[in-house]
Amino acid sequence: MLNTVNTTIFELNGVRQAYPKPSGQDYVVLDDVNLTLKDGEIVGLLGRSGSGKSTLLRIVAGLVRPTSGDVRHHGEPVSGPTDGVAMVFQTFALFPWLTVWENVMAGLKAKGVPTKEAEARAEEAIDLIGLSGFESAYPKELSGGMRQRVGFARALVVHPEILLMDEPFSALDVLTAETLRTDLLDLWMERRLPIKSILMVTHNIEEAVLMCDRILVFSSNPGRVAAEIRVELPHPRNRLEPDFRALVDDIYGLMTARKPLPPLASPTAKRPPAHAEPMVQVSTNLLAGLLETLASPAYHGKADLPHLASAFQHEIDDLFPIAEALQTLGFAEVAEGDIHLTEPGRLFAESGVEERKRLFAEHLVLRVPLAAHIHAALKQAPNHRLPADHVLEELTAHMSDGYAEETLRAVTSWARYAELFTYDDESESFGFEDAE
Amino acid sequence: MVWIHTSVSVKAADATPNRWDVLALPLVIGLLALIAIGGRQMAAPLDSIATAPVVLDPWMLPDYALRSTLRMLAAMAASLVFTFTYATLAAKSRRAGMLLIPVLDVLQSVPVLGYISFTVVFFLALFPGSVMGAECAAIFAIFTSQAWNMAFSFYQSLRTVPRDLDEVADGFGFSGWQRFWALEAPYAAPGLVWNMMMSMSGGWFFVVASEAITVGDQTITLPGVGSYLAEAIAQQRLDAVGWAVLAMLLVILAYDQLLFRPLVAWAAKFRVELTGSQESPESWLLDLYQRTRFFRALFAPLDALIGRAIWWRLTLPRALKVGTAARPLTRWLDRVPARWVDGAWYAALAVVGLYCGWSMVSFIASGADWSDVGLAFLLGGATLLRVMVLIAVASLIWVPLGILIGLRPRLAEAVQPAAQFLAAFPANLLFPVAVVLIVRFDLNPDVWLSPLMILGTQWYILFNVIAGAAAFPSDLKEAVANFRIRGWQWWRDVMLPGVFPYYVTGAVTASGGSWNASIVAEAVRWGDTTLTAHGLGSYIAQATAEGDYPRIVLGIAVMALLVTLFNRLLWRPLYAFAERRLRLA
Repeated sequence: MLNTVNTTIFELNGVRQAYPKPSGQDYVVLDDVNLTLKDGEIVGLLGRSGSGKSTLLRIVAGLVRPTSGDVRHHGEPVSGPTDGVAMVFQTFALFPWLTVWENVMAGLKAKGVPTKEAEARAEEAIDLIGLSGFESAYPKELSGGMRQRVGFARALVVHPEILLMDEPFSALDVLTAETLRTDLLDLWMERRLPIKSILMVTHNIEEAVLMCDRILVFSSNPGRVAAEIRVELPHPRNRLEPDFRALVDDIYGLMTARKPLPPLASPTAKRPPAHAEPMVQVSTNLLAGLLETLASPAYHGKADLPHLASAFQHEIDDLFPIAEALQTLGFAEVAEGDIHLTEPGRLFAESGVEERKRLFAEHLVLRVPLAAHIHAALKQAPNHRLPADHVLEELTAHMSDGYAEETLRAVTSWARYAELFTYDDESESFGFEDAE
Repeated sequence: MVWIHTSVSVKAADATPNRWDVLALPLVIGLLALIAIGGRQMAAPLDSIATAPVVLDPWMLPDYALRSTLRMLAAMAASLVFTFTYATLAAKSRRAGMLLIPVLDVLQSVPVLGYISFTVVFFLALFPGSVMGAECAAIFAIFTSQAWNMAFSFYQSLRTVPRDLDEVADGFGFSGWQRFWALEAPYAAPGLVWNMMMSMSGGWFFVVASEAITVGDQTITLPGVGSYLAEAIAQQRLDAVGWAVLAMLLVILAYDQLLFRPLVAWAAKFRVELTGSQESPESWLLDLYQRTRFFRALFAPLDALIGRAIWWRLTLPRALKVGTAARPLTRWLDRVPARWVDGAWYAALAVVGLYCGWSMVSFIASGADWSDVGLAFLLGGATLLRVMVLIAVASLIWVPLGILIGLRPRLAEAVQPAAQFLAAFPANLLFPVAVVLIVRFDLNPDVWLSPLMILGTQWYILFNVIAGAAAFPSDLKEAVANFRIRGWQWWRDVMLPGVFPYYVTGAVTASGGSWNASIVAEAVRWGDTTLTAHGLGSYIAQATAEGDYPRIVLGIAVMALLVTLFNRLLWRPLYAFAERRLRLA
């Protein structure tokens, strides 16, 4: 932390973001989120996809207005795009028809900064961020790392008070990402950045521990702040240091802790039916792969998630869904940052193709309510067909359209693997395999 | 050139709520009928305009060609203005879009030459005794052949501006003006430029057709290649027809080299894909401009001016404050009574639509009865049959040929520009030749006039299929060779599905063009000889020549209806199927 006396720049209280759904229940993206952002700190928002952290970033930027809650910038309520914030995007979001120079100048020109001053500032930002010599290049001529540097320069040149970063390094390869991180951290520690605070979204636990002074860990569906962690390690931080590792392990544990049942808003509120739980599509190849890895002599049925993540270069968004899917299916248990095989999981790993499918089908019907629901409905239907629209409609009553489609895709691919039922894209309906 | 855009209405399927079409058709035709009624009332005491007679001296052709080109460019300017306003409004306002997009769909279905029949009297009345009115009518006709698909393309681009770029614009507080010129227009540029070029290539046909028009007892000739041709036909001079063809060839060549290619090559820089690997279109003129210091210096002040204009901050600080004050109001409007506001909006539109529909019906009823309606539909059926047969025949010929050409890169490179060139060439210049042949061999016009409808538009099928075959992934080609897939299976399982999305794009354009061409192709003249095929096109042409407005309105309404149904029931499902199942990468 740079300063000892910290003034509050940004304050969010009781922020809730929800969309009304036909079922009468709101689909809640963010629920009761509090956040303060102080002068001189880097704050990380860490969570899985679907935890609403990107939405939160856009609320701070004033691009999204929360359904309810109090958003204040220097004590003033925010309405419309916030002054003094600039954003860096995961996708870089550069204008492909503008050169590096013109991209950096865009924000200044929009604000009507006089040309002389604008050019001086642009040059300064380009030098600072290590882009000199690339001024006349178009984004498509640049590598990913260079493109993101343009993204940084474009954000810094407007001298924002807060720099917002939406997973700025996740589209880059490992080495490039590390270079950019350390470059940015160095500039920040040397106080050469014209900003007072950084708010970043990430799903990379190590990145959060490496860069942030404070980490807010989000839980998903709805997005809530599950924990707030202060990182007191001195800069420059070393990933291999025991304290660093311990903190990473702690956060893994936190994020894999069994989710407590969300408290009901009011005792009379209906809970959605069991089959209307959002699910993430995970390929059965990945599931089988992880089970086989766990069953191999190297792991003896038990592994440390951070270790798996670094061994297979998976970020948490890749690894957690696999682990969680295995847990849902009853093939593995995840707790405190560890994953271990269950008995059926071991059986699966040791079986041949036919036996695996049989086992998978059995667990699918038992443990995935939506699969059981579709299966049962198919059996009852006179012609053994069920239009996908019907199921989708049931799901969208409880979740966003995107999640509903993803959930249905997930169950469809699993059911196809298990040969429980099939899906015909032409008629957009579920049915049974004819050959039986 | 291997990048093809479609922006024909078939693509807008998702954005088009169907019940609005029911309203859109009477709205458009009704409004046109109202214009015609108004024009006719104004035009009663109109003197015929004295224009300089067209001379068949070939040395006059450069002058005529220049005038035709200027008409084309004027229409293009008007189309751009229309695109920037109409499409922007439709994209930015949900309620406006709900109406404007189906209306655009119908506007696109109305035969281009039908617009002339409606509006020429109106424009003549607007500038009494001046050639200005006739010029406006011709330019308007060309405009109607260009504007609709440009607007569609622009609308679709505006709806698909990447969200992250949008957020950058929001974050930096771009004003509406800045957002439009710095983000939205550049993003839409490649698609728009491509459609501009396609429009212009279709436009030559209508330049030729609209320079010499007869409505009732009024014959208006505007000096140009089209009126030169009309004069040649009247005097039965085949040599003059030849000169007109030559002049047109040169004009199109010049326009392709001096305008088409530079524009397309320039617009390539606005493509969003950030990979630099694709081959980019090239133009020697653009290279000349970009690599010559003299030219750059010449245009530098203009460049700077445009650069500054883009970033103009048109939003006044006070207006900004008013905006914030008004925000609770718009929020309130957005939330609570959305259904009522929608309801009121629907009701208002329904009333206007009903009124227009009613005035259309009553106007038709003033000069036509049920037997006319029956006749129009019967003749419409004949034209529909012609279009379907012709598209089928053209597909049977050009799809296999296009595939074979497209798979040979060197050949494709040579044939592709030729096919695009032929698509731009106004086929009506060649009609007299056909008439001479039909008369000479005493052929049945009902059959032998039909090919004229597709003469100019079949090339769209060819060059789209070539593009599709050329873009066929090479790994798939290798797999096909490796597994020895050949013969009928090669066609059925590999190439035909592979080029299908491209084929549909080409066929939609070709079929639309054929409907348009039917008005001139089903009734052609050579001197005093007039050959007529039975069809809706000749029905409209005849009604136009007689100045019989109720029948013009009837014929055009029926044609617009048939074209819309044809698109909805055939092309749109095919296009959706191609998009869903057959799109490679």
